[in-house]
Amino acid sequence: MAEFSTSLEKPDSRPAGGLAAAMGRPAAQAPTGRAALSIRNLTKTYASGTQALKGVSLDIAEGDFFALLGPNGAGKTTVIGIVMGLVTKTAGTVSVFGHDIDRDHARARKFIGVVPQELNFNIFEKVMDIVVNQGGYYGIPRKVAIERAEEILHPLGLWEKRWEVSRTLSGGMKRRLMIARALVHRPQFLILDEPTAGVDVELRRGMWDYLRSLRESGTTILLTTHYLEEAEQLCKHAAIINHGEIIASGTIKDILARLKSERVTLDLAAPAAQQAAALLAGYRPVVVDPSTVEVEVDEGRGIGPAVVTLQDNDIPVQMVRPKSGRLEEVFLRLTSGNGGAP
Amino acid sequence: MSPAEIWTSFYTIIRKDVVRILRIWPQTFLPSIVTSILYFLVFGAFLGSRIGAFDGVPFINFVVPGLVMLGVVTNAFSNVATVMFSSKFMARNIDEILVSPTPPIVLVAGFVTSGVVRGVLVGISVLVVALFFAEISFHSVPVILLFLVLTSIALALAGLINGVYAKSFDGISIVPTFVLAPLIYLGGVFYSVDVLPAFWQQVTHFNPLFYVIDGFRYGFLGISDVSVGISLAVLLAVNLVFAGIAWYFIRTGLGLRQ
Ligand SMILES: Nc1ncnc2c1ncn2[C@@H]1O[C@H](COP(=O)(O)OP(=O)(O)OP(=O)(O)O)[C@@H](O)[C@H]1O
Ligand SMILES: [Mg+2]
Repeated sequence: MAEFSTSLEKPDSRPAGGLAAAMGRPAAQAPTGRAALSIRNLTKTYASGTQALKGVSLDIAEGDFFALLGPNGAGKTTVIGIVMGLVTKTAGTVSVFGHDIDRDHARARKFIGVVPQELNFNIFEKVMDIVVNQGGYYGIPRKVAIERAEEILHPLGLWEKRWEVSRTLSGGMKRRLMIARALVHRPQFLILDEPTAGVDVELRRGMWDYLRSLRESGTTILLTTHYLEEAEQLCKHAAIINHGEIIASGTIKDILARLKSERVTLDLAAPAAQQAAALLAGYRPVVVDPSTVEVEVDEGRGIGPAVVTLQDNDIPVQMVRPKSGRLEEVFLRLTSGNGGAP
Repeated sequence: MSPAEIWTSFYTIIRKDVVRILRIWPQTFLPSIVTSILYFLVFGAFLGSRIGAFDGVPFINFVVPGLVMLGVVTNAFSNVATVMFSSKFMARNIDEILVSPTPPIVLVAGFVTSGVVRGVLVGISVLVVALFFAEISFHSVPVILLFLVLTSIALALAGLINGVYAKSFDGISIVPTFVLAPLIYLGGVFYSVDVLPAFWQQVTHFNPLFYVIDGFRYGFLGISDVSVGISLAVLLAVNLVFAGIAWYFIRTGLGLRQ
């Protein structure tokens, strides 16, 4: 755990380049090498005094499928709000496909489509009108926008509902409506802030397929999510943000594989979890049930010695399973190791 | 954005709101029409003959311009205040425009224009209704149109300012009831300032809506308490002040960004 902590959890203890290199950042470069999004030293202090971002730097290459992960209140929506111009930044720079959002804001915005975390359409407007009017705000003539709406609403399963008032849509349909609205100006870069929150499993998979197809047609995608599986299924690269700081970034495989293998579940052949926990005190054991104990394993030591210790004490281990962590647990561990931050 | 794209965005904002205004006509047109019918009945058909002529014209004819303005003022104002407030606080759907490349000045121009459209349409509707109750004369159509449009713009801008500052629904209903209504009723809808005691005549001259009504009435009847040039100057000045405040909002992000 200790060694792991330094490489993943304490970027401040290393030069930024070191961390990026360690986490395989170079592999993030798409063939063109163009950055879809480039954020440098972004800080945000809200009027209330909350310091939501404390110097965030982030690069997303063109063609990437990128996950921005972090616990509630970490600053994900704030980052997205600043990129979209809905939140003013305190300091730092943001550019979208090379266009600075301050100096070249109209150009920068044309590249981006955004699906916000909260529903933000007028529930008294019709599905079709919401999509077509959004096109209008991007300068797309009504006739063209109507044609595009058809192309977009079909695959999202909203075509039948196009003349319905949006209030009458189901929760999942409302989320898909926000995706449709974000796509009408054919953005090259799509940002989704928890698009699958409150969407059932089947629908979520449908949305994943749709996002994958967008990605395959060349759209760069940034996604925030609380579902580890979602990031795993979809994304190539990821960054973890906590308390307004990026605490890890790299390929999703890298981050998740290492995080997940850390905590291990031991199924014992006998109901001796309490004794096992006592024997493995150095492994931060947690008794799950009378014959299951969970331990933390650091890379250097491995799980071997723990198993041997138990065998030597006549507690045979039946099975060793990597604990497929929920994202929240991963965060919890990452952050609790980080100098005891709350 | 290219000029064509800006025009598309501007048109989209207006179209969307005008469609809404027409769809919910019982809320947007009907109240002003019903109110003015009541006034026309009371002051024209029922009391008109007793009150007699006012400044040499039948009382009902004297009252019509002021009642048209009543509809114009409240509707231009409420439209922008309500749209601004509800798209900011209720659905937060103003973000749809804020995330787009549409410049803030186009957003403001679109909202204000929608308010002007509603003010003018309601004004015309009341005028059409008035035709059934009074003999309307048109002394100067350009003056009528000028006052109609400039008043709508001024009140639409005022509604925008109110909508930006309002933090609750009360915040946008206070002004029409407690500021606009007194100003307009005391601004000479039903009388010429000549009939007032000297003190109240003085006070009335500080009421901008007095000039609005007086100038507008001149457009119909060719009579006025103050010269129409002065009324026009006051109306232009009010427009400039409100436009200046709106411009300040645009520079500072309309109070819409956190
Ligand atoms: N408008 C605001 N005014 C003041 N503080 C805010 C505002 N919006 C967010 N914050 C604060 O900024 C911090 C970051 O919030 P943010 O919404 O960016 O988190 P998040 O990572 O998106 O969380 P979640 O996963 O819950 O959506 C939080 O402490 C939050 O309370
Ligand atoms: Mg959020």
